[in-house]
Amino acid sequence: MNEWLDPLLLSRWQFGLTTMYHFIFVPLTIGMALTVAIFQTAWVRTDKAKYLQLTHFFGKIFLINVAMGVVTGIVQEFQFGMNWSDYSRFVGDVFGAPLAFEGIVAFFLEATFIGLWIFGWDKLPKKIHLGTIWMTVVGSIASAYFILAANAFMQNPIAYTINEEKGRAELTSIWELLTNPIALAAFPHTIFACFMVSAGLIISVAAWHLYRNQHLETMRPALKFGLWMMVIAGVLTTLAGDQLGLAMVDAQPMKMAAAEALYHTATGANASFSVFTLGTPDGVQELFSVRIPYLLSFLSTHTFDGTVEGINNLQAQYVTLYGPGDYTPTIWITYWAFRWMIGLGLAHMLVAVVGLWLTRGGRSPKRTWVWKVAILSFPMSLLAMSVGWVFTEMGRQPWLVFGLMRTADGVSPGVTGVEILISLIVFTLLYGILAVVEFKLILKAVQTGPDDAPVQDAESGAHQHAVTVY
Amino acid sequence: MDLTILWFWIIAFMFIGYFVLDGFDFGVGMSLPFLGRDDTDRRVLINTIGPVWDLNETWVIVAGASLFAAFPEWYATMFSGFYLPLLLILVALILRGVSFEYRHQRPESSWKKWFDGLIIVGSAVPAFLWGVAFANIVRGVKLNANHDYIGTLFDLLNPYALLGGITTLLLFFVHGVVFVSLKTEGDIRMRARKLATKAGIVTIVAAATFLAWTTLAYGTVASALLAALAAALLIASFLANLRGAERLAFALMAGTIGLVVLTLFASLFPDVMPASNDPANSLTIANASSSTYTLGVISWTALIGMPVILLYQGWTYWVFRKRIGRAHIDLAAH
Ligand code: HDD
Ligand code: HEM
Ligand code: HEM
Repeated sequence: MNEWLDPLLLSRWQFGLTTMYHFIFVPLTIGMALTVAIFQTAWVRTDKAKYLQLTHFFGKIFLINVAMGVVTGIVQEFQFGMNWSDYSRFVGDVFGAPLAFEGIVAFFLEATFIGLWIFGWDKLPKKIHLGTIWMTVVGSIASAYFILAANAFMQNPIAYTINEEKGRAELTSIWELLTNPIALAAFPHTIFACFMVSAGLIISVAAWHLYRNQHLETMRPALKFGLWMMVIAGVLTTLAGDQLGLAMVDAQPMKMAAAEALYHTATGANASFSVFTLGTPDGVQELFSVRIPYLLSFLSTHTFDGTVEGINNLQAQYVTLYGPGDYTPTIWITYWAFRWMIGLGLAHMLVAVVGLWLTRGGRSPKRTWVWKVAILSFPMSLLAMSVGWVFTEMGRQPWLVFGLMRTADGVSPGVTGVEILISLIVFTLLYGILAVVEFKLILKAVQTGPDDAPVQDAESGAHQHAVTVY
Repeated sequence: MDLTILWFWIIAFMFIGYFVLDGFDFGVGMSLPFLGRDDTDRRVLINTIGPVWDLNETWVIVAGASLFAAFPEWYATMFSGFYLPLLLILVALILRGVSFEYRHQRPESSWKKWFDGLIIVGSAVPAFLWGVAFANIVRGVKLNANHDYIGTLFDLLNPYALLGGITTLLLFFVHGVVFVSLKTEGDIRMRARKLATKAGIVTIVAAATFLAWTTLAYGTVASALLAALAAALLIASFLANLRGAERLAFALMAGTIGLVVLTLFASLFPDVMPASNDPANSLTIANASSSTYTLGVISWTALIGMPVILLYQGWTYWVFRKRIGRAHIDLAAH
């Protein structure tokens, strides 16, 4: 058959593309729901108009984005069955439960309360209306937990037995499944990273307006808020990432070796972290590299004289364990994805720290490039987020469920390459067009800025809002 | 009761929830060219479902996830087997969802026309294809021993399934139009009632034929009773609409749709996906389900979760119970 029509290859491309796309909107939903809820709480507490303006302004961006998160999410839910039917058969008994929880506990909550929030401004008492956005926050964070618990099973399968007769994995303990060490570490890491992304958005937007010297009343507090949020969420993301690293070395030592392109097992000072390597990172030729001794040992074991296993060693072990085959992920991808995640993350955290210093006591930096760098915060955090996932998912290869099922064995046997090619093309075109529209709409909403004077009812003080929104 | 059988009916319940709720969203979307004379009318229509379409759509997500958890084999076979129809449904749902949100972002009428068109298509396509899909499940499809679908796309487009699609399309259309008469005021409300009458006649004919065919070809005693009841409710709804009893007409339409879904599930029982080529390859409740432990776990979740969900969703409908008319449309905002 034509190599291009390989259902496996096409399914992998499709799943990767659609999931990365979904995860552009999700972090914004998770992060922005929280920030909007905080602004609205500040308004309800203090009754200051600027907080209401901020609520509406960021609320609008939040809503344009939510629609995309929701519609791309349905694709995710269907794709397991459509493209990975043998995988679904094999893990459904285990993997389906957290997905069902996610739907019943989280998605319903989120979808219902977001409608109440959007349309409920003048139908609900102020405090109850505030409650609806907080319920949305709870729903979005809960959904992240369940989906990460499901994903954690693929990274570190536990709490199952194999039913030989049915040829599938069966759940033995839901509690154990939901407290998978990978899930417990990936959840805070991902959630705080989501907060970084929304902080990045706020910083970028506020910096853009302040640079133009407009909307100072609202954008100054917004910038401060964004900068603090970035620093706090950044520190927490780093701490959680450190924990996640430990859990990962436990579950998938190959992934850490691949992250570092470490071919030979190393101990202590030799287990160094290469900040940057020129040459071929396949370990054969190294032209130039900047290394921090002991750091890899510390990242992997939290001691300075730890041993980090190398790829060659692990590959040999896996061959004895699982039979002949190539158990090494694509090294250049894992190596660079890991670095870009950490590098971009630390870089824009630094931007935020410097930003806090430059704006201390109401100062406003005059130099243009300072603002330009600040405006880059948002793309930087989104990119850090995406490459983090590329690392996680590509580092798992060739496994679909680590040690249990190979990606090649999970693909739908009944679906032809042509069908998947059609869907891949359709999704690529559709998502591409939507990305352009979405980007323009958000850009327009951002550039329009907050309404300067929200209309308030003289008697009740309630904010006047149309009954209809669409 | 055996948990596997319980879950068969819970899945039926989830799809009833989905078709009853998103069903009227589809109907409202499809009614745009008939009831929306100008932009203000169309905005009235869209705003009747504005606060709820997202939560209604979520029912299909939860139904899909529950299917995955309770009957992994069924989920795997159905979703991979109906690959291209599901792709179309996904595309339609995506276009419909973003159109609600994007349509009002710009004032130009050409911009709005685009999204109106997408809402109409995005509503009609799933309304039709869900019927095709479920009719095919009842009819049986070609499956191999691994339970993979081995038919072609054209096998799915048989007369029975196409009639099933037309039936759901029409049922959802009337359901939505009745919903409009219940949720609007003024001229549009009256026009909706008239349209529901006109469309109602066609719908009764199509649905009665489909239900009779289902009963004769695939039915059981139970499914025959359910089918008869569905037909009775549909006619009752038609009469209620004629007399202007909007609330009753809507409730009866919801009942009709629920009973049609039940008829299909009762015809399936105890299969979940019969194999038309070789009964030995059929997916049944017994061979498609998850382990007892997993079913127990999700049973508890559903048992505790669903009442709470129904409560807060009911509350949402109560909050937005007021009728909407042209006067509510803020012409300054677009
Ligand atoms: C703004 C985003 C961001 C930033 C600044 C960081 N990460 Fe991260 N990282 C993610 C966003 C992310 C992510 C996209 O959210 C991932 C993908 C899977 C996951 O759970 O989180 C991830 C995965 C991920 C993994 C892989 C887990 C696995 O495959 O099982 C490790 C080991 C780390 N991170 C470690 C770190 C460390 C030590 C960081 C800082 C010094 C760090 N990350 C910063
Ligand atoms: C939201 C963040 C995520 C992103 C950006 C992401 C990204 C990716 C990418 C790039 C691939 C392709 C890897 C390859 O084929 O080499 C992939 C594969 C896959 N991921 Fe994820 N993923 C995410 C979360 C998840 C979660 C939460 C799950 C499960 C619940 C999951 C399940 C899968 C599956 C089933 C595949 C297909 C098999 C494979 O190719 O390995 N992913 N993902
Ligand atoms: C491949 C795995 C994934 C699947 C199957 C999936 C499924 C879905 C579905 C069905 C929706 C729509 C829900 C609705 O209508 O309200 C959705 C939205 C959402 N998902 Fe995902 N998702 C995946 C990856 C992720 C990950 C990794 C996270 C979080 C870390 C996440 C968090 C969310 C959130 C917060 C929403 C709501 C988005 C919004 O309203 O904008 N998802 N997802």
